[in-house]
Amino acid sequence: MTATLAPITPRQLAAEAAPVSMAAALNRALADALEADDRVVVFGEDVGVLGGVFRITDGLATRFGESRVFDTPLAESGIIGTAIGMAMNGLRPVVEMQFDAFAYPAFEQITSHLAKLRNRTRGRVELPVVVRIPYGGGIGGVEHHSDSSEAYFTHTAGLRVVTPGTPADAYTLLRQAIDAPDPVIFLEPKRRYWSKQTGVLSADDPPADAAVVRRVGRDVTLICYGGMVATALEAATEGTAEGWDIEVIDLRSLSPFDDATVTASVRRTGRAIVVHEASRFCGYGAEVAARISEQCFHYLEAPVLRVTGYDIPYPPPLLEQHHLPSTERILGAVRRLQWDDNA
Amino acid sequence: MTTMAPRPGRGLLPPVELLALLDDAGEPVRGQAGGLPMPGPDVLTALYGSMVIGRRLDTQATALTRQGRLAVYPSSRGQEACQVGAVLAMREQDWLFPTYRDSVAIMTRGVDPIETLTLLRGDWHCGYDPYRHRVAPQCTPLATSSLHAVGLGHAARVKGEDTVAVAFLGDGATSEGDTHEALNFAAVWNAPVVFFVQNNGYAISVPLAKQTAAPSLAHKGIGYGIASMRIDGNDPAAVYAAVRAAISAAASGAGPTLIEALTYRIEAHTNADDAARYRSAQEVQSWLARDPIARLERYLRQAGTLDDGQAADISAAAEQAAARLRDRMSAEAQTDPAEMFRHVYAQPTVALATQQAQLEAELGAPHPELR
Repeated sequence: MTATLAPITPRQLAAEAAPVSMAAALNRALADALEADDRVVVFGEDVGVLGGVFRITDGLATRFGESRVFDTPLAESGIIGTAIGMAMNGLRPVVEMQFDAFAYPAFEQITSHLAKLRNRTRGRVELPVVVRIPYGGGIGGVEHHSDSSEAYFTHTAGLRVVTPGTPADAYTLLRQAIDAPDPVIFLEPKRRYWSKQTGVLSADDPPADAAVVRRVGRDVTLICYGGMVATALEAATEGTAEGWDIEVIDLRSLSPFDDATVTASVRRTGRAIVVHEASRFCGYGAEVAARISEQCFHYLEAPVLRVTGYDIPYPPPLLEQHHLPSTERILGAVRRLQWDDNA
Repeated sequence: MTTMAPRPGRGLLPPVELLALLDDAGEPVRGQAGGLPMPGPDVLTALYGSMVIGRRLDTQATALTRQGRLAVYPSSRGQEACQVGAVLAMREQDWLFPTYRDSVAIMTRGVDPIETLTLLRGDWHCGYDPYRHRVAPQCTPLATSSLHAVGLGHAARVKGEDTVAVAFLGDGATSEGDTHEALNFAAVWNAPVVFFVQNNGYAISVPLAKQTAAPSLAHKGIGYGIASMRIDGNDPAAVYAAVRAAISAAASGAGPTLIEALTYRIEAHTNADDAARYRSAQEVQSWLARDPIARLERYLRQAGTLDDGQAADISAAAEQAAARLRDRMSAEAQTDPAEMFRHVYAQPTVALATQQAQLEAELGAPHPELR
């Protein structure tokens, strides 16, 4: 049978025989990056022997040794701060913050140094550091385990912020993040860790910084990312029963922002809804809505709407279903988009 | 295999007495060296020369601030034994992680004074190439760079390089969380790092008594398993010998050391500060009597290592350095607005390119470099 196998380029792996979960795709991306480049090191709390609390680094310490995949003391500022020093000395650290809210002790190192050292030194100090952060809710986590912290990071110049919506894209985005010359905040939608997909894992495609149209539609553009991609696609499918033809854009890269893809879509559909789990006020959706109104005003048939979490601290597990955007809420927003000319 | 038993003692506690080689009067101190060797005459002469030049550049920078040439300048006057002693003890392959008060240390390391003062002049944040002299950028957050030092030192070990990172800290910075995380990471990783704490008595206005209840700042290393020592920070011979010993230990795999150097900030925090509000002139006077340069000069003269001619030559060299700095600073700083957009990412984003174009349109014409 070997004669029938097509050659595999180093950057593109064969389709997995079995469906791959997002967690497995991330693990594979880390393993392939460690294999491809000796400068890559992976560290954080419990990422070594345990393989991380979500098992994203499972088996890596055994395979690559403790000098390349290792546990750190329990101190997030220390993890980011030492990653900066290692990157200054030629390594390419990929670090894990155990949960979204546990990254906050590292906020100063991320915003004041990781994001700014290149600029501070006129480009002389390059920090190719990837900060992996499992983020968002939907897993029944107690307080401080479900935050959507993207806006803190996208507001900071010098950081790239990406988040995958599908298992295959988790592989692609993580390989691209590790290869990037800039620091990358890599937000992993933990509620999708166990979602599965069959397909080719590519390190190159789709290209970095590009949003992707996950579903083509005529009537309205849903703009989403991370954990909300699957929800938006589900809403689009449900919407066909009501006659809606809904387009879904997966942003992938939250910073930089792919204006071209979003603008082209909204100019075509004339209507747009931004969907995210994070709170609404000063949330990421506000930026998206503002950009659309700046660039698509004369094409819009209705105001840009937002379907988001409420402006509350993330609720306890037994209440989170009321907070998280649902397909009904998304379709409710679609219905409100001033379809009646007389409205 | 985890053990809950405490590690056997490694003699981490600092001696009760300050380690010193030269007393206030420049006399050799007996029985307080703690095993530190007196540096040779060549080293002592180099220390003296660099301290004289460093102090002259420091007073020049303060004067330039009064003239409006620098936005602000945090003086290290009085701390020359630390600034110079620690840097001259470093090897070429070692890395210095300075604080914002360590401009003299940076210049002693060989960085061009103009490039050193870029941050304070305001034409950019960091004016020098950190890789050229192995000096990390200065910046104003405290203690954060101590973690960078640990990471850089750890990476050096992983890569098999013989490099030690020397992290400068102040007394105030030892209260910051990052100092503690850095000490802990360095100890756990056995990283080749020297934590050099200049205890100059004040964090802007807050005295040490309001900063810590520990018996000394050196005690802060002990809880993390780091060998710690306290030295007379106005004794250049002791600073040099202590940092040299700590670097040797780190390079040989013995791990990090914390050195607390007792010194004093003679000037106010910066030109914008009024030190009379929180300390007495008498206190300042008592420290002027412990001047690090005067004591080394007395020792060198008594030892016959320094004569009037040599002292005059060094003084002239310092004047020349100050005059050069003054002349170069009298020219207007050149800035390029386009540079604000150039180094944010490896490649400017579409949004940044657009904003740069907007600014250039607002300014009337593209910058010459962009034509």
